[in-house]
Amino acid sequence: MAIVFKRKPGIVAYLTAGDPDLATTRDIALAAIDNGADVIELGVPFSDPLADGPVIQRASERAVAKGTTLTQVLALARELRSARPAAGLVLFSYLNPVVRMGMKAFCAKAAEAGVDGVLLTDMIVEEAGEYLAEMKAHTLAPVFLAAPTSPDARLKAIGEVSQGFVYAISRVGITGTQQSLASDAAALVERLRRYTTLPIAVGFGISNAEHVRAVGEFADAAVIGSALVALIEETKRADAAAAVGSFVAGLHANLPAIEANQTDVLTSRGA
Amino acid sequence: MSSTGTLTEDVVTVAGRFGAYGGRYVPETLMAALEELEQAYADAQVDPTFQAELDDLLHHYCGRPTPLYFAKRLTEQCGGAKIYLKREDLLHTGAHKINNALGQALLARRMGKQRIIAETGAGQHGVATATVCALFGLECVIYMGEEDMRRQELNVYRMRLLGAEVRGVAAGSATLKDAINEAMRDWVTNVRSTYYILGSALGAHPYPTMVRNFHRVISREARVQFLDEVGILPTAVIACVGGGSNAIGAFYEFLPDANVQLIGVEAGGRGNGLGEHAARFQKEGGGVPGVLQGTYSYVLQDEAGQISSTHSVSAGLDYASVGPEHAMLHDSGRATYVACSDDAALKATVTLSRTEGILPALESAHAVAEAIRLAPMMAKSAVLMVNLSGRGDKDIGILARELDLRGA
Repeated sequence: MAIVFKRKPGIVAYLTAGDPDLATTRDIALAAIDNGADVIELGVPFSDPLADGPVIQRASERAVAKGTTLTQVLALARELRSARPAAGLVLFSYLNPVVRMGMKAFCAKAAEAGVDGVLLTDMIVEEAGEYLAEMKAHTLAPVFLAAPTSPDARLKAIGEVSQGFVYAISRVGITGTQQSLASDAAALVERLRRYTTLPIAVGFGISNAEHVRAVGEFADAAVIGSALVALIEETKRADAAAAVGSFVAGLHANLPAIEANQTDVLTSRGA
Repeated sequence: MSSTGTLTEDVVTVAGRFGAYGGRYVPETLMAALEELEQAYADAQVDPTFQAELDDLLHHYCGRPTPLYFAKRLTEQCGGAKIYLKREDLLHTGAHKINNALGQALLARRMGKQRIIAETGAGQHGVATATVCALFGLECVIYMGEEDMRRQELNVYRMRLLGAEVRGVAAGSATLKDAINEAMRDWVTNVRSTYYILGSALGAHPYPTMVRNFHRVISREARVQFLDEVGILPTAVIACVGGGSNAIGAFYEFLPDANVQLIGVEAGGRGNGLGEHAARFQKEGGGVPGVLQGTYSYVLQDEAGQISSTHSVSAGLDYASVGPEHAMLHDSGRATYVACSDDAALKATVTLSRTEGILPALESAHAVAEAIRLAPMMAKSAVLMVNLSGRGDKDIGILARELDLRGA
C-alpha cells in the first residue's frame, strides 16, 4: 500500500480515535474513505493536546475518558487496513503514549497493523534519530509538520526526512476552523517546494469545499480535522458516519479526478 | 525510546540535554521562537550590560542578597543538626520566582517583545511576572487553572491589581499543567509578538537551563554566606520540588561539593496512589520517563501514557512532571528526592511559625518538614540549609480551612 492522492487536492481526514467510541470511529473512517478521503489520519487521544484547539481537545478528553489507548487505536488501524486496503492510513499522536509503549515496539506494531505513516506532533527533526531509524526499519513514512514560522534551514531538514507527504500548517496557531485561508499557507508551500518533491498537504483551519478548492491551487492535499470532529460532536452517534460521508463527498464534489499515480511517492510497505 | 531512561542514543550531543533528559519536544511552530530565544539568551549571558542591569535590579528592586538565617529555636526544638533558612521569602513579591521573572522580562525587552504571557500554579510566578511587566510597561496575560484560582484567590487579586489579565483554565484538572497547555497554545498562536516567561526549570530547551541560571544566585549567595558566616559548607541543602526551580537554584553551586547532600522534597499529598500525590521520583506509584510539555523527564502517567492527575495541599507542587535536570540528578544519585505528606507540611507550617515567627509558603513547608524530620537524627555539628522559597501569606485561606489552631 501507499499514500496516493486520487484528486487534486487530495483529502486527508483527521479523526480522534475513540470519539465517540472506537466502533463509531471505524464506521466514520470507512464512510470518509468511501466518499473520497485519500488518507485517514487516525488521532491517538492524549490528555494534554497542547497543539490542538478546543474542538479536538474536547474530542481527546472524551476519548481518554472512555479509556481509549494507543493499543486500541492500533487495533482499529488494523481493522481499517483490512477493510480498505487501498486507503492511506496515518497515525497522529503526541509523543508520550508512544514513548510509554516504546518507540521500537510502537513502530513494529504500527507496521504490523498496516499503517502507512506516522505523524508525531511534538517530535521535531532534531530529536528524531531513533524515531527515524525505527520508522525506516519498518518501512513506515514519517510525516513531519512544517510551519509558516519555520526558517528555510528547517524546511530543508523537514523535506529531507519526511516521507509520504509533508504537512504544511496553514497559519501559526492551534488546530481549529477559520473563516478564510491564511496567506501564510501559499507562501509556505512555495518555500517547501524548494526542498521536497513529496506531495504537500495543507492543514489547520480547512473546513469547507471553498477552502479545499483554494488549497488545490497551490498544494496537493487538504487536511480536514476540527470541522469533522465538530460535526461528529454535533451529530447523534448512529448518524455520525453518514454525516461525515456526505460532508467529505461535498468537499470535492466539483474537483476533477487526476491520474492516480501522480503523487504516489511513498515506498510501498514490503517493497 | 524506552522507559529505561534513554530517548535517543546520541543524547550527549543534543543541546539542552541533562543526561538522557530534557531536549525539545514541541510543535514545529514554536521551533523558530525557541531558536531565537536560545540565541538571545546566549548573547545576553555574555553581555556585561545585561548582567549589570539584572544585578542592579536584583539588589535594589528585589532585595538581594537574601539573608541566611540561623533558626535557633527550631534547632533547639529539633535537638540535632543546626537549621539555617535561606530567606527567599524576603524577596520582593514574597518568593524566589522574581529572580527568574526579572531575568526573562529583561530578555523579552531586549528581544523587542511587548506582550508577555505566563502560567502560574500557586500564583507566585504569576505575581512575579505581573510585577516585572508593570515595572517595564509590558502587556501581561497570566494563565491559571480555575482550581488554583480558587485556592489562591489572594494572588489572583494581586496580579489583577498589578495590571495583568488573569485567564482561568477549566480544562483537565484545572491546575498548573493545564495552565501550561493554555499558555503554550497562546504562544503557538501569537509566537511572533509574544514572549512566554515560563515559571519553572521545565519545558523545551533553553528554558530549563535559562531558568536554572536565573536562580543560581540562591546557591551562589548561600555558599559564600556559609563560608563567611558559619565557617563550613552545609551538610545538606533541602528544597521543595514542584517543577523544581527553587531547588535547582539552591543546589546548583553546591553540585561540585561532593560532601554537601542535596535533598529535594516532593509533594507526598494524601497517599501513594496515582492521583493522590505529585511525587514523581517515588518508587511505587511514582513517575516514569516520558514527554510532557516540551521536555523528557519523569512523568506521572498511566500505563497507556496518559498524564495522571496530581494532588497536593500546595498549588505550587502538584505538577505531573519535573524539571529534567532533577531527573538527571536523581538517576545519578547526586541528589536525593523524598516525599512529604500534606499533613507533615501543614504541621511544619505551624512549627516554623511558632518557633521562629516565620510563616512559610506551603511549598517551602515541605522542605521545612524534611529538616524537622532529619535534624534530630543528625549530630549537633551537622548543618542543614532549608531553602525557604516563599512566604505563606498567600496560603492563609487554605491554612484557615485545614488547621484547627486551637488543637494545633
